[in-house]
Amino acid sequence: MREKTPRVVITFHTTAEAMATEKLCQSKALDGRLISAPRALSADCGIAWSAPLALRQALQIALGESGIEYEGIYELLL
Amino acid sequence: MIYFDNAATTLHKPPCVIEAVTNAMTSMGNSGRAAHGGALEASRTVYCAREALARLFGCRRADHVVFTANATEALNIALFGLFSAGDRIISTDCEHNSVLRPLYALEKQGIHTDFVPADGKGCVDYDDFARLLRPETRAVVAAHASNLTGNVTDLARIGAFAHRHGLLLIVDASQTAGSLPIDMERMNIDVLCFTGHKSLMGPQGTGGLCIGGDLDIRPLKTGGTGVQSYLPQQPRELPAHLEAGTLNAHGIAGLLAAVEFIGQTGLETIHAHEAALARRFYEGVSAMDGYTVYGDFSGGERAPIVTLNLRDVPSSELGDALFDEYGIATRAGAHCAPRMHRALGTVEQGAVRFSFGYFNTFDEVDAALAALKELSVE
Repeated sequence: MREKTPRVVITFHTTAEAMATEKLCQSKALDGRLISAPRALSADCGIAWSAPLALRQALQIALGESGIEYEGIYELLL
Repeated sequence: MIYFDNAATTLHKPPCVIEAVTNAMTSMGNSGRAAHGGALEASRTVYCAREALARLFGCRRADHVVFTANATEALNIALFGLFSAGDRIISTDCEHNSVLRPLYALEKQGIHTDFVPADGKGCVDYDDFARLLRPETRAVVAAHASNLTGNVTDLARIGAFAHRHGLLLIVDASQTAGSLPIDMERMNIDVLCFTGHKSLMGPQGTGGLCIGGDLDIRPLKTGGTGVQSYLPQQPRELPAHLEAGTLNAHGIAGLLAAVEFIGQTGLETIHAHEAALARRFYEGVSAMDGYTVYGDFSGGERAPIVTLNLRDVPSSELGDALFDEYGIATRAGAHCAPRMHRALGTVEQGAVRFSFGYFNTFDEVDAALAALKELSVE
């Protein structure tokens, strides 16, 4: 398996929230990608957003400003 | 074939719609069900379609665009999901059975509908909405345009009335979405129900409802959503709350392409062409002896529909002659609008409906007029 690195992971209630987040991050050049939601975190949406740990604050600000809702934000070794 | 049955389904689609469906069927997995490339492409396309439709209709949030198979399903979700025993609804004689039958079914649940009558031209008196208002009234349900006459309802006026009295406004936009401007915010529309395969020029099997505010609509269906799998109930967040089962992402890809085509072409350009075709046809047939044209052509906004009869000739006979002898496709008979047929006095005879689309031409209109001229000879 791949070597694990610390990541910030955002989980969602719906796929629509995940898609909106991907578009938001692309528009703001915030690195990251959609992944299958890690089982350790949540069974809510099957899709989560995974990004470098250093982007946690920028992501929270961007999501807050956009009004996109999400289930939770976590730090995880992935 | 000259196709004048666009109010049932637009047959001629923009080429980009067909291309988008073909591409989707060769590349997409199941939207919202995984994070691999195929599933994500479907999810992204579906979300882009939500955004495009939200922009087109002035819906505040993309995730409040809920996809269904057609307008009928959307209307059933809204009508069965919003009301309780003792509530009253105001609707009109202009409605299609997609509205009427759910309303009649609600009567059995103690939810009564008061109908604004239509006159012999299929027009409503807007003062009747206030006359029918009761303390128990919760909503107005109205078609943006009649599928039988093409008469357009003044939604902004009804929306202002509904807003003033704390009522919801639920709109059936089956005949106007993509062809006439709709602005949910400006018109105070709470739920807009649309279908993809008519004036939006998308595939059959697509449609939906746009929800203006934070309405609590009970789901009509429950089932898999790809999210919140261990929750016994349907997730409460939109759009998953009202979308159970796999979405028609292949069709939605085509619908997205259609909405983009409308955006690039210009909704005003599309409507102006369709209106000009209908006006030319109306003026031509009105000048002929023997034909009765139904509806209000006094100059206001209209859907591109002209419905007529020839003397007392059964509409089915006229429709069959048009197709069999001239290759002109119309719709004849009853049009799933029983209250409007009664208002127009066409229950027995039915009526022949000519409905025009963006890809029709003036030459086709002239060919239809020439055919009607020949058929009018006794």
